[in-house]
Amino acid sequence: MSSPRVLAPAHREAPGPRRTVAGTPAPNRLAKRYSRARRIEMVTAYLFILPTLVLFLVFSVYPFVRTVELSFTSWDGLSSTFEQVGLDNYVAALQDSVWWGSMGNGVFLAVIALVFMQGLGLLLAVGVDRKMKGQTLYRTLFYLPPILSGIVVATIWKWLLEPNNGVINATLDSIGLGALAHPWLGDPSTALWAISLVSVWQGVGYPFLLFLAGLQGISGEIYEAARMDGATGRQIFVKITLPLLRPVIGIVSVLTFLGAMQTFNLVVAMTKGGPGYATEVPILHIYRSAFGPSPDFGYASALSIIFGVLLFGVSMISLYLSRRSGGEPS
Amino acid sequence: MTVLLNRPDLLEDPPARRGRPRLKAPRVLLHVALAVWGLASVLPLVWMVSASLQTNAEIYGGVHLIPKSPQWSNFVQAWQQSSFSDYFVNSVIYTVAVVAGTVFLASLSAYAFARMRFPGKRALYGALLVFLFIPIPGAFIPLYLVLAKLHLLDTQLGYILPMINGSLPVAMFILRAFFEQLPKELEEAAFIDGASRVQVFTKIAFPLARPAVATVVILTVLGVWNEYVLASVVFSNQALLPLQVGLLAFQGSYFSQYGLMMAATTITTLPIVIVYLLFQKNIIRGVMAGAVKG
Repeated sequence: MSSPRVLAPAHREAPGPRRTVAGTPAPNRLAKRYSRARRIEMVTAYLFILPTLVLFLVFSVYPFVRTVELSFTSWDGLSSTFEQVGLDNYVAALQDSVWWGSMGNGVFLAVIALVFMQGLGLLLAVGVDRKMKGQTLYRTLFYLPPILSGIVVATIWKWLLEPNNGVINATLDSIGLGALAHPWLGDPSTALWAISLVSVWQGVGYPFLLFLAGLQGISGEIYEAARMDGATGRQIFVKITLPLLRPVIGIVSVLTFLGAMQTFNLVVAMTKGGPGYATEVPILHIYRSAFGPSPDFGYASALSIIFGVLLFGVSMISLYLSRRSGGEPS
Repeated sequence: MTVLLNRPDLLEDPPARRGRPRLKAPRVLLHVALAVWGLASVLPLVWMVSASLQTNAEIYGGVHLIPKSPQWSNFVQAWQQSSFSDYFVNSVIYTVAVVAGTVFLASLSAYAFARMRFPGKRALYGALLVFLFIPIPGAFIPLYLVLAKLHLLDTQLGYILPMINGSLPVAMFILRAFFEQLPKELEEAAFIDGASRVQVFTKIAFPLARPAVATVVILTVLGVWNEYVLASVVFSNQALLPLQVGLLAFQGSYFSQYGLMMAATTITTLPIVIVYLLFQKNIIRGVMAGAVKG
């Protein structure tokens, strides 16, 4: 990008002292500062990015600013007037036990995902990262669940987990373990477990693929050198593979955490947060606050901000820690 | 949600796997372990297809994988009832529109960011990418308000535009990385021949970017086809619903008719599985290069 353009005088940067002037020049001075060709180039570039910028401002930046504003109001989303209520929404959020219960459920889903989804993903990636028959087939199979929609996955699993004739209970029955059959999604003590296992089933392929990308970035020569020095397979994994993979593990952990905390589609389509609030998750609570029977956009916005700040904070701290203890992310 | 591994090299063919740690355990064990998870990954889908071809009585009568006599009528019924065919057509329309818009806008801006010089370039690109990293949970609330203000609620455009916006950053990231590694000589030769910037983009750079465009297309197709929450917020008119929202509505009306429901689920899933099997190379490379998850 910064290498000098040869042979293209029409698009060369204006020479000499003009370059050293910082900042965007006033329009009437443009002519002095840039050659005609440079000005055409600049206008073309701005036209190229203009539509992207417009969408970005309307659908990303403005909504973001609006959420912050709304979180200090008591707007229901419908009436034409609303009041400024200061920090009331935030105070109410602090006392909302359903909200903190949903956060707890989110943390539960995140812990299960960080341990099992990541762990299995790493094992599978290490298993596949070698010269072997069927590598492409395995990769294709492992990444199949992640391309499915949450609604589809939930619909299928809701049926598999069905208490009376679902495949899982019926199979337990037929192999003589009928005593273990259970209304998995109907019992508050197992519902969240069931959802977390479905989400692990669907999600493993993603860390698998990212770990595989990370593993493929490790040069084979390093392994060969280690083997020449007499290192065992296990030593190589612990002393070479894992440390070199650390930046990727850091990023994948953050992504897994963010994904699990923001679980929504699976829950909506399997339990709608029930039984009771046993599987209520933060995004569902935000959704219901805004679009439920008693809509409160101000409160929902405040919950969004609280949740967003917590997620962002935890992500940044983990990235900082993984960066400090390992190398720079690739 | 996105992470940028910044490995555009992964869009190329992968290097041969040399010098990986050798296995002490017999290869068979490794294959067994991998095959178990491979099987676990497809089995639920196999059950879905199997149940979609069974009668309700058969499903309630006990577990068996092979339908006695395939009930294709489930598919006919699912397709014809409760406007499922409308949902399908809607999903196709939204997917095509969002993909076209994303490729058009992202390739233009990615090219400008990769190749052209203009004041404010770094700051603008940085601002666009920041929104990839900051989690904005509940973004559907302010989006709903913006759309209401623009009178776009319950319109196709009101769904398509924010979806394009959502797909843009990742698309731009992948395309920019690609444009940056294209050799400059080709473009420079065209400039000498008197071509304009626009001509160089449309005639040379964009056609060369075909592999990256393919990756962007596939990732966007997956993202739009599978999207649920924004659609559920934007649309209240049944006739405009895409498949995912329609499927959940279908689940509500036919909750005890599993054969029918699994047929509807199969119809929703099949296109995306076919796309995946045909273009998995692009998907996998795209995910690995500028890792994305819907």
